[in-house]
Amino acid sequence: MTPHRTLADREDVLGTAMLAPALIYVILLVGVPFGFAILLSFSDATAGSLHFGWAGLRNYAAILGDPIFLRALRNSAIVTVGSQLLVVILATAAAQVLRAAFRGKRFARFVLLLPWAVPVSLAAIAWTWIFDSTFSVINWTLKAAGLLHGWLYWLGDPALALLAIIIVQAWRIFPFATVIVLAGLSSIPQEIVEAAIVDGAGFWRRLFQVELPLLLPVVAVAVLFGVVYTATDLGVVYILTGGGPANTTHVLPTLAFQRGIQGADLGQGAAIAVFLLPFLIVVAVAMLRLARHTEVGAR
Amino acid sequence: MKRVALYAAALGFVVFAGFPFYWMLITAFKQNRDLYVGASDSGHIPWIFNDPPTLEHVKLLLGQTDFPRWVLNTLVVVVAVVVITVAVAVPAGYSLARLVGRWGERLGMGIFFTYLIPPTLLFVPFSRLVSLLGLQDSLGALILIYPTITIPFCTWLVMGFLRSVPWDIEEQAMIDGLSRLAVILKVAPRLIVPGILTVVVFTFTLVLQEFVYALTFISSVDKMTVSLGVPIALVRGDVYHWGALMAAALFTSIPLAIVYNAFMDRFIQGFTMGAVKG
Repeated sequence: MTPHRTLADREDVLGTAMLAPALIYVILLVGVPFGFAILLSFSDATAGSLHFGWAGLRNYAAILGDPIFLRALRNSAIVTVGSQLLVVILATAAAQVLRAAFRGKRFARFVLLLPWAVPVSLAAIAWTWIFDSTFSVINWTLKAAGLLHGWLYWLGDPALALLAIIIVQAWRIFPFATVIVLAGLSSIPQEIVEAAIVDGAGFWRRLFQVELPLLLPVVAVAVLFGVVYTATDLGVVYILTGGGPANTTHVLPTLAFQRGIQGADLGQGAAIAVFLLPFLIVVAVAMLRLARHTEVGAR
Repeated sequence: MKRVALYAAALGFVVFAGFPFYWMLITAFKQNRDLYVGASDSGHIPWIFNDPPTLEHVKLLLGQTDFPRWVLNTLVVVVAVVVITVAVAVPAGYSLARLVGRWGERLGMGIFFTYLIPPTLLFVPFSRLVSLLGLQDSLGALILIYPTITIPFCTWLVMGFLRSVPWDIEEQAMIDGLSRLAVILKVAPRLIVPGILTVVVFTFTLVLQEFVYALTFISSVDKMTVSLGVPIALVRGDVYHWGALMAAALFTSIPLAIVYNAFMDRFIQGFTMGAVKG
């Protein structure tokens, strides 16, 4: 007896129909604009008109000869690497703490998650107030502790402002990394840890020789997302310094925004944003490798 | 000794993570004469209330700014984006997990990767698209664009969630004579409810947090969302009303913190799928 197959039983037809809206949305509103972003970087398009003329490499030549752009590119790299280094250290340490049992752990976990939950722009405005040139509570505390004798103009000095940006980025991303590392810790087979204890390995040896190597794929996932979130973030720098003082703390997204949207030069804005691609490609390739690696490991 | 180190480390992390929120709290309720004392005055301790707390900043925020309006705008966008995301991402996730077979995984991965394409790369082309559609400076632009972030992530979440739901119930329904379509319409929705809840929560948090697209498309103060209006429009010229600003930041953070505390683990599953087994 052959089953009577109607349209309502064809899994391929149903599957395609149910997937189609999502695919169309993603292709039309992510895929096409993504291609258009790259195309725009070779054009002289401006925000005021619908004119679209070919500009060749002119936008790229312009920004590569522009010290503000080169500084922004360097800042993007410094902020991303610096904040992610901090994130890895803070997150592995915080995960070790949150794994232990102690009084008030639920409260500690709740507070540790706060920086990740709060909207970037609101966190950034709070930090702007914390780093205020006249009222900075950090300066007051350092002075009260006798650690500071002069005065720190956190957002008025290029080097200090960059440090402030790194601190805020690390602060907002380490909770997310902590939770990911915690998830990884709980998936380490208990026998391995117990075997290490039986063999007489202390806390530090267990951490560095047993757990961290096993955690590597998970830490990598945390770092990869962290790189994407930091390198492509606009809000922190836009609100904290606005790229100042004197355009010294721009990162790629804020400069692309200033030139492309506020300055209406879509072509140059797009060309600046295209320099985010290397960050993203590195991340995407690493993720694919990681996915393949763990798949092989699972078999 | 070990306990002391543990508590010290826990305290350190709580202080580092929580300090800006404590600062929002104390700023939001301090009187101006207690608030605006220069930090070089070492005799005035900024960490505590030196004068009794006040509600004047909260009254200013709720009565004389557009904050209530921004809350309303945000809710409008949340509802619209939730409807679009659930309608598009839930069927897609079901399809990838149950219907399209072997290439479902690859396709799912492909859709997830578009989540990595950042707003800061897309805002330039979108600004042209939005003006072509006549949506500049309207909530419509946000409702159209936000699903580009929520759909990829939520499709992936639903797909992963369904993998953990056993086949049995749907299979039994088909053996009982329901068509595949009838199973999808009548049986599957009940199974996906927890997945849909996660989608709703993720979308809610994303809309509350998003800043880049809102900054790019919205210029009128009365069209702003909370996360745009507070840092941009509450600052009048060079005058920062820090009390009102911090009150707004605090009020917006509280619901998000509660939601995150409850749903963090589910979101994390979406990020670590593949890298964490079991």
